[in-house]
Amino acid sequence: MAIMKADKLGVSVAKGPSLMTGAVPKKDWPDVEAIFKPGNYAYPAKKEMMEYHSQKTFPNHPGLFGEPRDWDPEADDWKLPENWKEIILNGIKERLDKFRSLKIFMDCCVRCGACADKCHFFLGTGDPKNMPVLRAELLRSVYRNDFTLGGKILGKIAGGREMTFGVLKEWFMYFYQCTECRRCSVFCPYGIDTAEITMMGRELLHLVGVNINWIMEPAANSNRTGNHMGLQPHTFKDNIIYLCDDIEEITGIKIEPTFNRKGAEVLFITPSADVFAEPGIYTAMGYLLLFHHIGLDYTWSTYASEGGNFGLFTNNEMMKKLNGKMYAEAKRLGVKWILGGECGHMWRVVHQYMDTMNGPADFLEVPTSPITGTRFDNAASTKMVHISEFTADLIKHGKLKLDPKRNDHRIATYHDSCNPARAMGLIEEPRYVLQNVVNNFHEMPENTIRESTFCCGSGTGLNTDEIMELRMRSGLPRANAVKHVRDKHAVNMLSCVCAIDRATLTSLMNYWNPDVEVCGVSELVGNALVMEGEKERETGLRFEPLAGMEG
Amino acid sequence: MRILSPFIAVLALIAVGLVAAQVPGGQALIGIVLPYLAFALFLGGFAYRVLYWAKSPVPFRIPTTCGQANSLPWIKQNKIDCPSSKLGVIARMFLEVFLFRSLFRNTKAEMYEGPKLVYGSSKFLWLFALMFHYCFLVIVLRHMRLFMDPVPGFVAALEFGDGFLQIGAPVLYMTDAIFLGAIAFLFLRRVMLSNIRYISLSADYFPLFLIFSIALTGILMRYVFRADVVAIKQLTHGLATFTPAIVAGQISPVFFIHVFLVCALLIYLPFSKLMHMAGVFMSPTRNMINNSRMVRHINPWNDPNIKPHSYAGYEDEFREFMKEGGIPVEKE
Repeated sequence: MAIMKADKLGVSVAKGPSLMTGAVPKKDWPDVEAIFKPGNYAYPAKKEMMEYHSQKTFPNHPGLFGEPRDWDPEADDWKLPENWKEIILNGIKERLDKFRSLKIFMDCCVRCGACADKCHFFLGTGDPKNMPVLRAELLRSVYRNDFTLGGKILGKIAGGREMTFGVLKEWFMYFYQCTECRRCSVFCPYGIDTAEITMMGRELLHLVGVNINWIMEPAANSNRTGNHMGLQPHTFKDNIIYLCDDIEEITGIKIEPTFNRKGAEVLFITPSADVFAEPGIYTAMGYLLLFHHIGLDYTWSTYASEGGNFGLFTNNEMMKKLNGKMYAEAKRLGVKWILGGECGHMWRVVHQYMDTMNGPADFLEVPTSPITGTRFDNAASTKMVHISEFTADLIKHGKLKLDPKRNDHRIATYHDSCNPARAMGLIEEPRYVLQNVVNNFHEMPENTIRESTFCCGSGTGLNTDEIMELRMRSGLPRANAVKHVRDKHAVNMLSCVCAIDRATLTSLMNYWNPDVEVCGVSELVGNALVMEGEKERETGLRFEPLAGMEG
Repeated sequence: MRILSPFIAVLALIAVGLVAAQVPGGQALIGIVLPYLAFALFLGGFAYRVLYWAKSPVPFRIPTTCGQANSLPWIKQNKIDCPSSKLGVIARMFLEVFLFRSLFRNTKAEMYEGPKLVYGSSKFLWLFALMFHYCFLVIVLRHMRLFMDPVPGFVAALEFGDGFLQIGAPVLYMTDAIFLGAIAFLFLRRVMLSNIRYISLSADYFPLFLIFSIALTGILMRYVFRADVVAIKQLTHGLATFTPAIVAGQISPVFFIHVFLVCALLIYLPFSKLMHMAGVFMSPTRNMINNSRMVRHINPWNDPNIKPHSYAGYEDEFREFMKEGGIPVEKE
């Protein structure tokens, strides 16, 4: 999908008529129809993909994903099941009984509007229904109509809306213009979390077979091959071996990682994008160097070769199913604990869902760093440690030989990924690591980092090309904050601890701030690590010349 | 329409109260029967709503972390915004409930040419919301004078503090003035800010009009129409001691409008967004400890039948590739 140039889109964002620029729509929001046209929706899942899920992923859960079929969001007929309305209403009832959060969030909103301008989708599109409060009202209005006394008696006057095809279209549009980043929930006086609402909305849409391919295909791949890229075991291994070849060329050090090795002390799991796609591969090279540097007894797994979890973007059943591989593989290999790579939503699942869904992991031990002896009591039950926690501990104990000058060609800033920041509280660890591996570091403005961080704009399975303009709009708040430090401090490297970020921020920077690159924190670690027996390094892990080595 | 219909609804309530106060038996109905009924519906409805929420489990531990978590011992944790203990949660909830911590974070985003986004501090909503709620609380507590005999010391102290400016006679209560001002702010904000006006429903205006009318009738009684406090206390104290009686003709009709509106509010509350006063205590993103990697959280409906695609199935599909690639397999 061709997308307009950044300067033109910039004018459109700042001056085009939208609620963000002060233009108030003439019609009340319930009367504004959701109209799908090329560029404003992600493609639906292909029929064979949904056949795979109903036959292979969830053969014993009929109805979880509706009827597999080809359908077109732009058409007037979505080929919904005849009783789709009933399915949705029963689905709401079931979820009200299962999730207290849903009941509270449906009942307690006072529409104070504090959330309105906290959403990156609203800031970038100015579309009223991208204000978190209205996104929730899309569902809340139906809840009121069918599940509250006031709504049942007074209907429209009480703010109720009947479940219609028009409402369903709105759901499909706006529950896929939310990245479940939870920024609004930081500012809400009742902690109403739009991520919960969007998750419920998407679960409900799945029941009637409304979904997007960019989530369902990676979910199918993850189920079958272990990773969302669909890399088969030998390819997964080969990719990592290629990275080791590059490492050898750059450092002279030969690294021989192991795969599916029983009896290793640690199982390492990271998003598969790290072994496959730029710039994630440089982050993976950082991991490989680090583990070699400290002589960690660890193994990769080709079966549990995905840290990310597209189930989080689908429904809790899929989340549980895909996540289950981590513990299953740890048990099969007989490792002591699990170390997790840099990934945002993976860590939301690991931190807030994994133990509940697939625990208890009583076959593992409380993670203890074999190098420093530090016991990670904060992971005593889940038995999984974040790479930034692990690395920070190593640095604190002086176990790494680092030469931050090797990153002197980088002027870095740090993007807090939504989930580590707002669903985990992992904020200082990566910063401590950065302090020790780069000499030039500048924070973005405080309203755009830590718990107030802005999403990359393309999380939750929205990093697909057909909605590029939307992504560039919703990523604008993040890009704008980067631009601020680029202009002020000549920042040229945006570091992060998230695989989706590494992919999406790269597109975002190419579009809004073309001279800023994106990297994982572990890449900068890898660059700075002084390996025993290495040759003098002339380039960084991207084969880019180091400062003082140009020409 | 979203503003007009709740406005008319409140006017209608006032009219009903006014008329009922004049017809035979109406005063007893509004002054005695209705308060009992409303209070019972309030308590019942309130309890019902809280139990309705409590009936659903909290399947996952989903606090919104707003600061550094409990991690390595040398990393400074934000023990309140990212609590890892019950005490931390209590502190977090205290700040949330009593000081509106989250609202205090509020910012206002503005878009300039460039495009350039700027986030300014925006504390007015926090300030006026806080004033509104605290004045409401003080006013309700001051009313305890009418239900208790002797008047408890804290009520007298509140009255003294509230009136310490000593303006006019009877002494002007600061809370009365601030309360009206705060409601007016909350209303004007809703009407004047375009995005807030766009999201506002009738259910947002109705309580504002209703509470404003209650405050106004109360103030009118105190400063303008000078209601007979002795007769009123006889009635209200009677209500509290279950020996209610009305001395006919002594109490101003404004009083009955006031009581009628209060009863309307009590009945309306459990079915409305005003239940946020209870809901905030039960919000899982705020009232949970961020310790999900330390302590296993139990989901009562966790489905043990959902298992990952098995390793055996995986190896069966890819065994040859794995062997060729030198990856260990379970079955040769």
